[in-house]
Amino acid sequence: METIRNDFPILGQPLADGTPLVYLDSASSAQKPRVVIDALSECYETYYANAHRGVYQFGVKIDEAVEGARERIARMIGAERPEEVIFTSGTTMSINLVAQAWGRSQLSEGDEVLVNEMEHHANLVPWQQVTRQTGATLRHLPLTEDGRLDLDCLDECIGSQTRLVAVTGMSNVLGTINPIERLTEAARAVGAVVLVDGAQSVPHAAVDVSNPQVDFLAFSGHKLYGPSGVGVLYGRREWLEQMDPFLCGGNMISEVGMTESTWAELPAKFEAGTLPVAQAIALGTAVDYVNDVGFDEIGRIEQALLAEAQQRLSEIPDLLIHGPSVEHKGAIVSFSDQRVHPHDMAELLKRKGVAVRAGHHCTMLLHSRLGVVATTRASFAPYNDSSDIDVLVDGIKYARKTLRRD
Amino acid sequence: MSDELYDELILDHFESPYHRGQLESPSCTHTERNPLCGDRVELQLQVDSERRIQQAYFDGEGCAISQAAASILCEHIEGKTMEEIEGFGASEMLDLLRVRLTATRQRCGLLGFKALKTLVYSDDDTAGTSS
Repeated sequence: METIRNDFPILGQPLADGTPLVYLDSASSAQKPRVVIDALSECYETYYANAHRGVYQFGVKIDEAVEGARERIARMIGAERPEEVIFTSGTTMSINLVAQAWGRSQLSEGDEVLVNEMEHHANLVPWQQVTRQTGATLRHLPLTEDGRLDLDCLDECIGSQTRLVAVTGMSNVLGTINPIERLTEAARAVGAVVLVDGAQSVPHAAVDVSNPQVDFLAFSGHKLYGPSGVGVLYGRREWLEQMDPFLCGGNMISEVGMTESTWAELPAKFEAGTLPVAQAIALGTAVDYVNDVGFDEIGRIEQALLAEAQQRLSEIPDLLIHGPSVEHKGAIVSFSDQRVHPHDMAELLKRKGVAVRAGHHCTMLLHSRLGVVATTRASFAPYNDSSDIDVLVDGIKYARKTLRRD
Repeated sequence: MSDELYDELILDHFESPYHRGQLESPSCTHTERNPLCGDRVELQLQVDSERRIQQAYFDGEGCAISQAAASILCEHIEGKTMEEIEGFGASEMLDLLRVRLTATRQRCGLLGFKALKTLVYSDDDTAGTSS
């Protein structure tokens, strides 16, 4: 465990006041291992050029590096072909791409898109928008009391009118891991496609887009220990070929005429404009890093941290942990302290070097359901250890004392 | 325990707020929210015919800074006229809190103040009720 932590330079640096950093905000963005930082520097220092355009030496090398990253990402998620991996700016853009490029041509009145209240705004608002634009209907699969999808309602919510099911692999607040296989079975039975928001789930567990078969998978590089500014849309080739482009401009065209144009082959058709070249390459390095550590090891460490954090926090009186029990969730613990508001909690935890997030975490619907406007969220990665949980628990007690509430 | 941000004044007002609750028939009320952290402050004023604030109450929920600041604000403005309030600026409000706030926390500290300013500038002879 110590070696994983040592791979991340920022975790070895004390904060400005000398306090060690206790980073519990990986669900928001993960820290970067040395190899990823080096891959970025190496690219900029030794062979940087724009992709797809240079015939000179670097131009060739950069293309090879970008395509090499694409191939490794494709392998990691079980994509049949590298061109099914589209580089985007992140999960938000990936989902918007599908909502517009797929939704605009496929949805019409009478059709339904199925979402639910635990979705991040990035997997909710794009569907609100495209159903409004096309006259289709947005439907919500209910949640259970403990914050899981209510599968008892699945049959009544999914039918021949359902065209797409958009669901998160793992809730960014509750940590709930959703039963993608059940959803893909139900969707396939009625001919609906499935989009999985993998922003949270992809960094935590091995994923294979062919089992269970999903049509679209969106995720971000920066939560997978890669750079910010790059993400991925996996789309099944049949769909990507049928879909019109989302953004239009350079790189995505085949022939440009006076009044109309034709589109480039995949993946270029969906990669208009200048790619985040160095970030895409370094995301390939992040994938190598994650594979080296291994998803089994990542899962083992995170589940142990989750179980310990959930147990220790549940021992604190008047502190409510949201979401299901640990066997149904990943390494996220969001809580409400009846004595300390999340904003004060995050501020006071900061004094102890603890980085947590306070707010609605882009899930206003979920927070209304929980009956709170904000929660405090601690999230874990394999570079965390038990001592981080000690500091968190002490920090919560300190916050209560400071507000004279213990 | 003394703290640079959550000092005695802030904590006193947070724990035992001045005029927290509902006025029976306020001349005007306005609610401000900070959607990011969910803080809410509803300010209610009882203003007399000479446009003097007879009573100021607040209600709401949120972090210690937003709620204590609203309490401090109510205590400060009672007895002042709306004209006097026009000259009451954000920096003066922040000074009343006596602690240094970061830009993010200033939004908490100024929530009640924003509600007050809305009321002052929408105040006319027929001071209405808005929320």
